[in-house]
Amino acid sequence: MRIGVFICHCGSNIAGTVDVAQVAERARHYPDVVYADDPMYTCAEPGQAAIEAAIREYRLDGVVVASCTPRMHEPTFRRTVARAGLNPYMFEMANIREHVSWIGKDREANTNKAAELVLMAVEKLRRNRPLAPKSFDVTRKALIIGGGVAGIQAALDCADGGVPVILVEREATIGGKMAKLDKTFPTVDCSACILGPKMVDVAQHPLITLYAYSEVEDISGYVGNFQVKIRRKTPYVDWSKCTGCGACTEKCPSKKTPDAFNEFTGDTTAITIAFPQAIPKKAVINAPYCRKLTSGKCGICAKVCPTGAVNYELKDEIVTETVGSIVAATGYDLMDWSVYEEYGGGRYPDVITALQYERLLNASGPTGGHIVRPSDGREPKDVVFIQCVGSRDRSVGRPYCSGFCCMYTAKQAVLTKDHLPDSQSYVFYMDIRAAGKLYDEFTRRAMEEYGTHYIRGRVSAIYPDGEGRYVVMGADTLMGEPIEIKADLIVLAVGIESSEGASKLAEKLRISYDSYGFFMESHVKLKPVETNTAGVFLAGACQGPKDIPASVAQGSAAAAKVLDLFARPKLQSDPQIAHVDIRRCVDCGKCIRCCPFGSIEEVSVRGENKAQVIETVCQGCGLCVATCPQGAIQLSHSTDNQILAEVNALCRF
Amino acid sequence: MKYAYYPGCSQEGSALDYGKSTGALCAALGIELAEIPGWSCCGSTPAHAVDTELSAALCARNLDLAARDGAEQVVTPCPSCLSNLRLAADRMKEPVFRARVNELLDAPAAERLPESTSVMQLIARVYDADSLAARVTRPLTGLRIAAYYGCLMSRPADVMQFGDPENPTLMESLLSACGAEMVEFPLKTVCCGASFGIPERPLTARNSGRILDLATKLGADVIAVACPLCQMNLDLRQKQAARAEDAFFHMPVLYFTQLMGLAMGIAPEHLGLDQLCVSAGSLLRKMEAARAAAGAKGTEAKGGKA
Repeated sequence: MRIGVFICHCGSNIAGTVDVAQVAERARHYPDVVYADDPMYTCAEPGQAAIEAAIREYRLDGVVVASCTPRMHEPTFRRTVARAGLNPYMFEMANIREHVSWIGKDREANTNKAAELVLMAVEKLRRNRPLAPKSFDVTRKALIIGGGVAGIQAALDCADGGVPVILVEREATIGGKMAKLDKTFPTVDCSACILGPKMVDVAQHPLITLYAYSEVEDISGYVGNFQVKIRRKTPYVDWSKCTGCGACTEKCPSKKTPDAFNEFTGDTTAITIAFPQAIPKKAVINAPYCRKLTSGKCGICAKVCPTGAVNYELKDEIVTETVGSIVAATGYDLMDWSVYEEYGGGRYPDVITALQYERLLNASGPTGGHIVRPSDGREPKDVVFIQCVGSRDRSVGRPYCSGFCCMYTAKQAVLTKDHLPDSQSYVFYMDIRAAGKLYDEFTRRAMEEYGTHYIRGRVSAIYPDGEGRYVVMGADTLMGEPIEIKADLIVLAVGIESSEGASKLAEKLRISYDSYGFFMESHVKLKPVETNTAGVFLAGACQGPKDIPASVAQGSAAAAKVLDLFARPKLQSDPQIAHVDIRRCVDCGKCIRCCPFGSIEEVSVRGENKAQVIETVCQGCGLCVATCPQGAIQLSHSTDNQILAEVNALCRF
Repeated sequence: MKYAYYPGCSQEGSALDYGKSTGALCAALGIELAEIPGWSCCGSTPAHAVDTELSAALCARNLDLAARDGAEQVVTPCPSCLSNLRLAADRMKEPVFRARVNELLDAPAAERLPESTSVMQLIARVYDADSLAARVTRPLTGLRIAAYYGCLMSRPADVMQFGDPENPTLMESLLSACGAEMVEFPLKTVCCGASFGIPERPLTARNSGRILDLATKLGADVIAVACPLCQMNLDLRQKQAARAEDAFFHMPVLYFTQLMGLAMGIAPEHLGLDQLCVSAGSLLRKMEAARAAAGAKGTEAKGGKA
């Protein structure tokens, strides 16, 4: 075998703490190595051209590149060697950046470690075999989880691109958080007016199947062919008959039901339609508050329903769908701000969240769009907005910025002045983060045209003054003095966290999530929509705090990824998979039970049962290899012999 | 169990009544306090504001005396003393710091210094609400009490271990076990002005005024405190605070030990009520009236039954 080795400088990233020339020199003495060099940037065009030239000139039949993580450039270099006529799997990569140069400063030790990693790669490459991918069919259908604005955008773009879409929404209506908003920054246009038509488009699109009031129960399979189990929670109403007339909601006697859609600013009935523009506009019974379902006595909604749609006997249904790709768009929730005892910990009725304030501002909200204090129904005169409640606060374990609060606070201050011209708004802020198109101009307008009083500093305490108002004590850090404001209403810009249950869904999707439950993208900068699981993409705030424009953009980006995936007639499977040696297999079935992907099946070979790997489903994780008591399973490209060769290279002495 | 008692300097002067009522209450509750022989000042604010080692040395001396006396638990009524004792014990775990402090002492401090706690936490540890209520002979029924902790009782949170630093509730649970009605008091941990009463009197007047004003507006009959300095600012300086708020206050400010003592049937003179600037007479009359009313009802009820 004739091997070429390329030790990358990566500018000063590697060469700064590794003597790359010396590593190349040592590599020249490794077995089968006939060529070694140390290019400045191996991944750049001249670097790749040099590899191709070396393959031709030195008749190489294998290449080792020592540079960055294979997650970054292994596909790049595989294509490079393929262009020069080699099988792409006759290539090995040694990670001497993340594993060496970035983590140690001792040049001599680094150089030795890099040389050893290169030797391991050479020893593995000497045992590599050419591999060829298999191609398989794709189900051209996408599952979109979450019907907020990001999921809606992704669904519409996929469907407009000709891909059938299954849209699953946990709540009874799509629209997500945006449907709860009154107006949107920076143009102060009505949220329902711009979102409503998109929601209707979802309902009317022939290629979109909407499962509202449903949750993803289980996901199996892999890119191109996922099997998804969806639980359609029972609304106790036959939606095929329900016309959304609302007669049931008018007559329901259980009028003290907490109203989740209105962020608990008011009560609703046990049978509800979330809001006038709901999609689907269908009634749902909130079981714990329904008199019929809890005590068996009532049944009024069934009596008044003109179509006979109410049915207390309906049960949850499970539907199974096969899809080729999945977009997660599960959005966000507000953090539990009651940890802020200094703000009353939730005990003061006139200290509310910004999302609750949106419902008060909204014409379809509990007050019909009139700003009144929850405690006594009076119009407030002095309104204090406090930003960063649960954002950028390490003391409550929320070190990150929630991104859009600066902007909606400015918007709410503007709207407050519009609704109540005699009112005065105050905003306590840490920094004004208005880095978006037309954003800074908007916050300036809130200050200059609407007379909002911006105070840079934190609020240390809120307390009722005993006369029906509240005292807000804080610091004005620009003036360098304490400040106290008497307020009628206090609105908290509560920080966001991943939506409830996000981490459980991530586990079903086999994608990673961070310590706050936000889903992890493949690469923070260059793969913001992809995940590390092929065929699963992200859209919206489930990946991290995002405002509407960014969520819509990512929704479209995720749809582009789905369409890109489905643009190919067939997908190619990775050939780095497990193979069963049927002569050794004793059909114990352990591998079948341990495979997380369900990719091993039992087949009959000449009358004997044997395990067999389904090549297009296997992900090459290697669990079965470690589990097989007979040593009958080997992983292509990481065989026992290859791993032992690497170990021997490292443990020569 | 016997506890090493560290009174703190204020018990010898401005807070004689705190000391007196603590002693009487603990005796009534069967909690035996043994004063640390030869105890000295913890250094208070002046020491720790100037030099942590000096502050630690003063505290370590007292903890050392308690250790040599065989004590495992030191108890102090004063939150400022407690904060200093705990911080010193914490810092003494660091060998270099300990060595420096030992140089300041006549002899190196004991390797194992006893734990410190407050009288309030000690009572709560020994008695739960029910067993405390069982010992009450003259319940505080009819009294509306605002519990005021001051800044130090719950802060710094990791040192004082007193529940939520912004909303501690221990005093409420003790006093409501004694039959009192507790007022939800949002300023319970907001500073009274502390030692600024000397260098910057208007500041203390303003801060204390705010507390007195809100307690008055919320209809409290009395403010219960646990800190000698808070008590002094709210009680002794009540007229200064009233001038700052342009108001008139008549708000008795009692140590929680005095209030609990009353509930345990201890005579007012044994609780130092005569030391208060704002007389507690109105409280005693209110308690008396509530008891008389309850008594009348009781007889009525009995009469009705018969």
